[in-house]
Amino acid sequence: MANDAVVDQGRRRFLTATTSVVGGAGVVLAAIPFVKSWEPSVAAKTAGAPVVADISKIEPGQKVTFAWRGLPVFVVNRTKAQLDALPGEDTKLRDPKSENAAQQPKYAQNEHRSIKPEWLVVTGLCTHLGCVPDFFPDLKPEPFDPNWKGGFYCPCHKSRYDMAGRVFDGVPAPANLAVPPYHFVDDTHILIGVDPGKEAA
Amino acid sequence: MKTFLFAKFVAAAAACLLTFGTAQASGGAGLQAANVSLDNVASMQRGARLFFNYCSGCHSLQYLRYSRIAEDLHLDPKDVEKNLVFTGVKVGEHANSHMPPADGTKWFGKAPPDLSLEARSKGSDWIYTYLKSFYLDPTRPLGWNNTLFANASMPNPLWELQGLQVAVPKAAEGGHEAGIERLDLRTPGRQTPEQFDQTVRDITAFLQYAAEPAALQRESMGVWVLLYLALFTFIAYLLKHEFWKDVH
Amino acid sequence: MGTTMTRIQSKNGVVNWIEDRLPIFSFLNSHTAGYYAPKNFNLWYYFGSLALLVLVNQILTGIFLTMNYKPSAAEVAPGVSAAFASVEYIMRDVSWGWLIRYMHSTGASLFFVVVYLHMFRGLMYGSYKKPRELVWILGMLIFLALMAEAFLGYVLPWGNMSFWGAKVIISLFGTIPWIGPSLVEWIMGDYLPADATLNRFFALHVIALPLVLLLLVVLHLAALHEVGSNNPDGVEIKEKKKPDGTPLDGIAFHPYYTVKDIFGTGFFLLIAAFIVFYAPTFGGWFLEHDNFVPANNLATPEHIKPVWYFTPFYAILRMVPSFFETAIWGVIAMFAAIVLLFLMPWLDRGKVKSVRYRGTGYKVALGFFALSFVMLGAVGAGVSAEMIPKLFGAEADSTMIENLFGRFWTFVYFGFFVFLWVYTHFGFEKTKPVPDRVTMHD
Repeated sequence: MANDAVVDQGRRRFLTATTSVVGGAGVVLAAIPFVKSWEPSVAAKTAGAPVVADISKIEPGQKVTFAWRGLPVFVVNRTKAQLDALPGEDTKLRDPKSENAAQQPKYAQNEHRSIKPEWLVVTGLCTHLGCVPDFFPDLKPEPFDPNWKGGFYCPCHKSRYDMAGRVFDGVPAPANLAVPPYHFVDDTHILIGVDPGKEAA
Repeated sequence: MKTFLFAKFVAAAAACLLTFGTAQASGGAGLQAANVSLDNVASMQRGARLFFNYCSGCHSLQYLRYSRIAEDLHLDPKDVEKNLVFTGVKVGEHANSHMPPADGTKWFGKAPPDLSLEARSKGSDWIYTYLKSFYLDPTRPLGWNNTLFANASMPNPLWELQGLQVAVPKAAEGGHEAGIERLDLRTPGRQTPEQFDQTVRDITAFLQYAAEPAALQRESMGVWVLLYLALFTFIAYLLKHEFWKDVH
Repeated sequence: MGTTMTRIQSKNGVVNWIEDRLPIFSFLNSHTAGYYAPKNFNLWYYFGSLALLVLVNQILTGIFLTMNYKPSAAEVAPGVSAAFASVEYIMRDVSWGWLIRYMHSTGASLFFVVVYLHMFRGLMYGSYKKPRELVWILGMLIFLALMAEAFLGYVLPWGNMSFWGAKVIISLFGTIPWIGPSLVEWIMGDYLPADATLNRFFALHVIALPLVLLLLVVLHLAALHEVGSNNPDGVEIKEKKKPDGTPLDGIAFHPYYTVKDIFGTGFFLLIAAFIVFYAPTFGGWFLEHDNFVPANNLATPEHIKPVWYFTPFYAILRMVPSFFETAIWGVIAMFAAIVLLFLMPWLDRGKVKSVRYRGTGYKVALGFFALSFVMLGAVGAGVSAEMIPKLFGAEADSTMIENLFGRFWTFVYFGFFVFLWVYTHFGFEKTKPVPDRVTMHD
């Protein structure tokens, strides 16, 4: 064995560090394909392609649920009475002005949280733990709220939302119901999954 | 540019290395070299058009999505939908033929096979040779036969382009059944023989692509992986050499 | 003891806390920095660590493949099973699925490449001899488990080669007298390889055999570290010690062999990556052309043969004709070809370990043995069947010539073991003097 005195410890440390860094970088790079393989596959993406919703048969006050990416999307044709009741709810709500930008696109950040006032389009999943809220459209006292002005009530943990999907203060759910990207193809068709002015992917 | 050349070199080396195995797999004798390359996007684009015009009526590519073709062959998805999708499905769907298998069995005696993996199971040379080897044979139900795949139930889909070939039999020798000497072009088609070779080459190139779309990605990124590993191995060698000074 | 276990005294309190309760760091240290290996390892000594590397690769890529693979023979399109379709799904729709699958399929073949070279190393340097008999036997058990694991994995894509491979291999059990036919049905859970077969093969491939393999690998290494590594000179380094009790010709596994194996790993990965990215089917040797055709229970592929790493044993099977109205002789010969390897520590009575100092007879015999393995592989893979018409003309009786050729090499294969016993038992071997200390050649 060579004498320790002739061993270039600096070179050894440098080469050990270099090999570790280059090898470690390689391991990280090699991990990328494995991590990425968990992303939705082309098949899942194709199945989750934008869907066209025919809204011509939805009566005022009625809700129809469409599936986009397998998730429920509520499309509600709101009556004038339901719309008129919205401003009066503001004081009871957590985020009346829809300031949480993650919950809706810019074009739905308004009093009625929609492109056209009467047409509400929201993802029907409670922002608490993902249950599907029930639809209580009538402006009449309900067992869970004597001053009910219409909206959504989650059966899982009793979160309440108004007719614009805005969450009430003091319930478990932290945020308003999410508005998915959508736009009107024509007066009777909505394309769910694509922002206005963008091409379908 | 250098890495590109290196990639070419690597691909060429691989091709040489594997010639033996491939020749063995494709049955060797009697095949003409297709000479297709996944670098030739134009050829694969033409091949895609030809495939969907002449082949897709009967044959599916059940694992290949139209959208993937658009992405890989640099085509506009809109154009693909307009020019290649004849079945009315969305561009994200698989390129399945319209023909129900039962009809295929009724018309051809055997449902036309799916061609997604044809280039992997039979090889591109086989496809190229097969498409060039049809000849008129009145003894067959549909009037066609094939020198590469005798008594194939498939008629020549490209006869308008190629023209009509007839078999020239070998001179019969004492008792042996006469084989086929060669195929002669009796009636010329819309294309010259050279043009037709290119047409068949394009279809073959497209099927080669369709059998393994990931090959494009694989071959383009492999160089970087090899370069990285070469660097790593070099550093590891220096490290080993340094430590082993103790031992020597 | 091959290792020295000393209690680590760390400045890190957490380490000491753990050490007091479970001396895991002392254990790891004793098997790396505290394990002394001969300093004269050559190129052949890379393959052990490389086999471990490939095992890790197979487990990691295998886990990710199971996330998208469907072990079902149910038809999802005309003539296409869910299993076959899921493999194409992995190849096309799953992000990077093609890379993970090619790493697994290439890894399978490279596993056998390194394992065969590792085994040949053992034969060359007498690593099966006393005191390493158990290391060798555990290694042979790993080889057996690996063959079973590879066969089961080969069936999973449910291509036409998978199906017929499964059918033929399972039929081997049918040659067993009396119970054969019912045993075959029991293995398949059906009258042909079917959904039940595929499902149980999947379970065995992804969990049962990997557990067995891991256990055997741990035992293989534990046995090795107990007796210490052999080396190209076949000298026991423990017989000459330094005052501190470590072998004179030994060096600490860590850092010396860790850095050497890191270099070997880099070089090996270069070759492996070249195959994965530029020749994943390896011209039909690693992924066979006919396995891109879905399983068809009514049509056997024209060029049916096992994948390359089984071809030597398959050739032996084919070269033994059936007589007394049973085909079991070929099956017995095939298994004997493996069992004899197990018996190497007792068949070889020679006292000298390394081929460097053994008699010429052994050198020649070992060369012929390796050649017979390659030649039988060529016979099994159909290479010889293709060469014969080229060499002898189209009119030649190729079956007769191939049988002659294959049987000759089968005799050479078995002859090696017979020769070895006679050669060493009756003292015919003239060995050279073995040096006291190991020699360095580089």
